[in-house]
Amino acid sequence: MLKNPLKKYFWLFCLPTLLAFCIAFAIPFLSGIYLSFTSFTTVTNAKFVGLSNYIKAFSADADFINSLKFTVKFSAVSVISVNVIAFILATLLTKKLRGTNVFRTLFFMPNLIGGIVLGYIWQLIINGVLLPFGYTITSSANFGFWGLVALTNWQLIGYMMIIYIAGINNVPHDIIEAARVDGASNTRILFNIIIPSVMPSITICLFLTITNTFKIFDQNLALTAGAPSKATSMLALDIYNTFYGRVGYEGVGQAKAVVFFVIVAFVALLQLYFTRRKEAEQ
Amino acid sequence: MKKISFLFKYSFLIILSALFIFPVAMVFINSFKSRFYINSEPFKIPFSDTFVGIENYVSGLESTGFFDAFLWSLFITVLSVASIVLFTAMTAYYITRIKNKFTSTLYYAFVFSMIVPFQMVMFTMSKITNTLGLDNPLGITLIYLGFGAGLSVFIFSGFIKGIPKSLEEAATIDGCSPVQTFFLVVFPILKPTAITVAILNTMWIWNDYLLPYLTIGNDYKTIPIAIQYLKGGYGSVDMGALMAMLTLAVIPVIIFYLICQKYIIQGVTAGAVKG
Repeated sequence: MLKNPLKKYFWLFCLPTLLAFCIAFAIPFLSGIYLSFTSFTTVTNAKFVGLSNYIKAFSADADFINSLKFTVKFSAVSVISVNVIAFILATLLTKKLRGTNVFRTLFFMPNLIGGIVLGYIWQLIINGVLLPFGYTITSSANFGFWGLVALTNWQLIGYMMIIYIAGINNVPHDIIEAARVDGASNTRILFNIIIPSVMPSITICLFLTITNTFKIFDQNLALTAGAPSKATSMLALDIYNTFYGRVGYEGVGQAKAVVFFVIVAFVALLQLYFTRRKEAEQ
Repeated sequence: MKKISFLFKYSFLIILSALFIFPVAMVFINSFKSRFYINSEPFKIPFSDTFVGIENYVSGLESTGFFDAFLWSLFITVLSVASIVLFTAMTAYYITRIKNKFTSTLYYAFVFSMIVPFQMVMFTMSKITNTLGLDNPLGITLIYLGFGAGLSVFIFSGFIKGIPKSLEEAATIDGCSPVQTFFLVVFPILKPTAITVAILNTMWIWNDYLLPYLTIGNDYKTIPIAIQYLKGGYGSVDMGALMAMLTLAVIPVIIFYLICQKYIIQGVTAGAVKG
């Protein structure tokens, strides 16, 4: 077989992307892992300190653990509510109702608005709702928590709805018809035909919502910035504050970031493993 | 019975629609309200003494430099997205067609980068950007190319795998060089995928806050940075200006959405199914 003449063009086809990838990702990633074992204020004055940053991340104060708890709680609540509501909307909007396109357009719209802008929009709304009771969003961590949940639902429901709609539209129509002829109820059709066949969409949506909610930063910064004190700080914001809010804690920030990365990667792999297995069983 | 469930469904959808419009509508209404009344009566329509016309817009545009921010956002987004689409399509083509240990390692490195949270690399990346003198609107497009490479190469590769090689071989026999084959034969077939990649990256880069803030935020403000400065600065916050700037930030997004809606919905679906 002839050698593919494309092979000689590596420098043209791959070099620009590879160079950018190394500068923006690969080198920062590897040096980030290294720096998490050192004490530094700029990258050049790093001194090896072993695991001390990791120990400090968990023991110097409770910030990291608290933000981890907050993030897990927030993520669990949001993942469930976003996916349930998005799925209900998708089933409604795949029926032959008039105006489904208008609804789809509308529900998806918030997804395009950036996190910082979203945060301030919702700050206005939540402060307005709490106003008659004499509170603001920063009065209690609960307000910040549910505010963030409301914001995330508003932002992600439309996105997930679109993916569910695509999934539901792919369910072969004749199977549903056949089931109906055989006398299956709507509920049975939903649970025995539609849900199993949109399992791939469910996988994707769960995966997207878990990783998205876990990594939220902009919305958190704009909505509460962690207030009151640090009670509504999510992981990403806590890491940011450790890096840039405290001189001498850069190494600890980097160690927290590595832990954060490991958690996100673990969740992503776990999710993929479980849903792949479920798909195979069908 | 059927009629009741029909009515029920419609009212549910309409109530939900109202909830979806409400936040944006409130910001819009408040952008015409005197800044002293926004916190005390946020849900009221501005009237005579609380209505200030476009005063909030004037003061907001002055204090944020919104027009500059808009242009920088546009410049960075367009240039970054264009380079991502071009270069990652070429890279994906190369690593899909030339199979060896090195290219498959590259592929997995790109896929791996997708699951790494930004906080993991933000400190070291901004230092390197600084050291290399890439901390300007042009340099940052290279950073975006590096960050966008993961998802974009992944999406392009998935599509290129499905293109039959016979087309390219025919082009080669007709005397096309690999570069010509790519641009004249392969890239046109990639167009729908290129639109998906462009849409996904536009949504990300236009709204991105932390990356530009850490690298170029002191000298060049994009829209999210300008808004964060307005609110995050010390002293009292001008709520009127904030509402006006939030409105101005949302308007281009809505216009873009209404024009490209078809592609955006398709892009999101295709991107998600691949991702």
